Amino acid sequence: MRFTKDHEWVDLAGDVATVGITAYAAEQLGDVVFVELPAPGKRVTAGEALAVVESVKAASDVYAPISGEVSAANSELSDNPQTVNDEPEAAGWFVKIKIADAAQIEALMDRAAYEAFLGTL
Amino acid sequence: MRWPAGLSASAHPPAEFLDPLTDDALKSTPLTASHRALGGRMVAFAGYGMPVQYPAGILKEHLWTRAHAGAFDVSHMGPAFLELAERTGDGEVDHRAVATLVEPLVCGDIRGLKPGQLRYTLLLNVAGGMVDDLMIGRPAAPRRQGELYIVVNAGTKEGDFAALSAAAGRRARLVRADDRALIALQGPEAAGVLEAVIPGAAALSFMTFAALAFEGDDLIVSRSGYTGEDGFEILSPAPIAERLWNRLLGDARVAPVGLGARDSLRLEAGLPLYGHDADATTSPIEAGLAFAVSKRRSKAADFPGAERIAREQGGALSRLRVGLRILEGAPAREGAPIADQAGVVVGKVTSGGFSPSLNAPIAMGYIPPPLAEIGTRLSVIVRDKAQAAEVVPMPFVPHRYVRKPAA
Repeated sequence: MRFTKDHEWVDLAGDVATVGITAYAAEQLGDVVFVELPAPGKRVTAGEALAVVESVKAASDVYAPISGEVSAANSELSDNPQTVNDEPEAAGWFVKIKIADAAQIEALMDRAAYEAFLGTL
Repeated sequence: MRWPAGLSASAHPPAEFLDPLTDDALKSTPLTASHRALGGRMVAFAGYGMPVQYPAGILKEHLWTRAHAGAFDVSHMGPAFLELAERTGDGEVDHRAVATLVEPLVCGDIRGLKPGQLRYTLLLNVAGGMVDDLMIGRPAAPRRQGELYIVVNAGTKEGDFAALSAAAGRRARLVRADDRALIALQGPEAAGVLEAVIPGAAALSFMTFAALAFEGDDLIVSRSGYTGEDGFEILSPAPIAERLWNRLLGDARVAPVGLGARDSLRLEAGLPLYGHDADATTSPIEAGLAFAVSKRRSKAADFPGAERIAREQGGALSRLRVGLRILEGAPAREGAPIADQAGVVVGKVTSGGFSPSLNAPIAMGYIPPPLAEIGTRLSVIVRDKAQAAEVVPMPFVPHRYVRKPAA
């Protein structure tokens, strides 16, 4: 699993990367009440808005950590957005992206680096 | 992910999560240390560092208040006393004299307050726009006649206090009490909790207040609040505030509740938030607050903007605050456009979010009166997408005030 400074995680299997928000982000956000996800087939570019996650209080953007084509969106989140809080780095995944360039993932932080980064916040 | 624009500065933690102890500019309350000890997430609000939530989170704090009792620190608000300088000793005469000083600023019947009664009223400008909404009360005690208890909003208190002082001139003096703690205890179990801590509290009727003793010290306790639930607001001297707060939290029926749930609770209760759902351009009639315009005062037309308000009460109204149920999609937040069925933008959301009690998004906003009828289908535009919405009655969640406590 790799991580961004915007608190997204990426887990690569073959050429498909699963993307979600980290436990830290979910905790900071509080109770998630709505998640807006892109439709499969949508092409995304690293750094662009990918999804929106809403807590009771506010809406926050989730950015694409990598470029590629959305191959699946987690429909479970439309019925149970709370899954993002319960299991942010597992069942609470947002989308799967068929990646264009594996090197983009290598450039992201590993868990140790992400945790060190959290220590600076 | 990134936190909402305005709350986040790229390389820094979002402003929402600023630690007030590292920000000297933020004022504290007598309970700030308690919030930190409870794990409260502190945010800047109206110049104060206040807890937006505790570890339980907004959703649980909200639902706990509806089911049991929530304790809120609202010490950032502006309590004050207006005290007549020279009194006759005749309670009716002295009350009338002090009421006469503030009535030119507000549209409520202050003269007509009975001893111990509290009233919601509005400070207005000459154009009939709202300068603030506030509470004004007449003390019950004979020796306190000629005084008014006033509580204004946090963000507007400097201007409000200046206006009240100016209106009083030399005949009365405004004594600020915003160095004290103001604690709200709200929820169906609030009365049972408070009676054990402050005997006599449960005997108060809705919108009355009294000086009551807590362990030998006098507090001002009102039966009022901002959640739609039964509840109380307690003005406490700063030195004993933490002891009172801890006594309340020591009851298993009470949980601490932050400003996040205070906002979602008042939204469900259909109560406007000044600065969002009303401002200096909004009249009481547009805001759906006609009940706060006194009949006597309207007849006399002796308050600022009385002419506009009379015109609007006669039907010349261009917009009205309504409640909206969002029937699909994301919560519609403040600023979201409201469109009619033809897609024409007809107004905008002034407060909106997710209702924990209804498990659905709700909002309030302003639209032209012909569209304000209950059941009218509209849409709200969130991130360029139109989502179906319907005009519904407010409150979204029924009020449960205790108007006359059982003897």
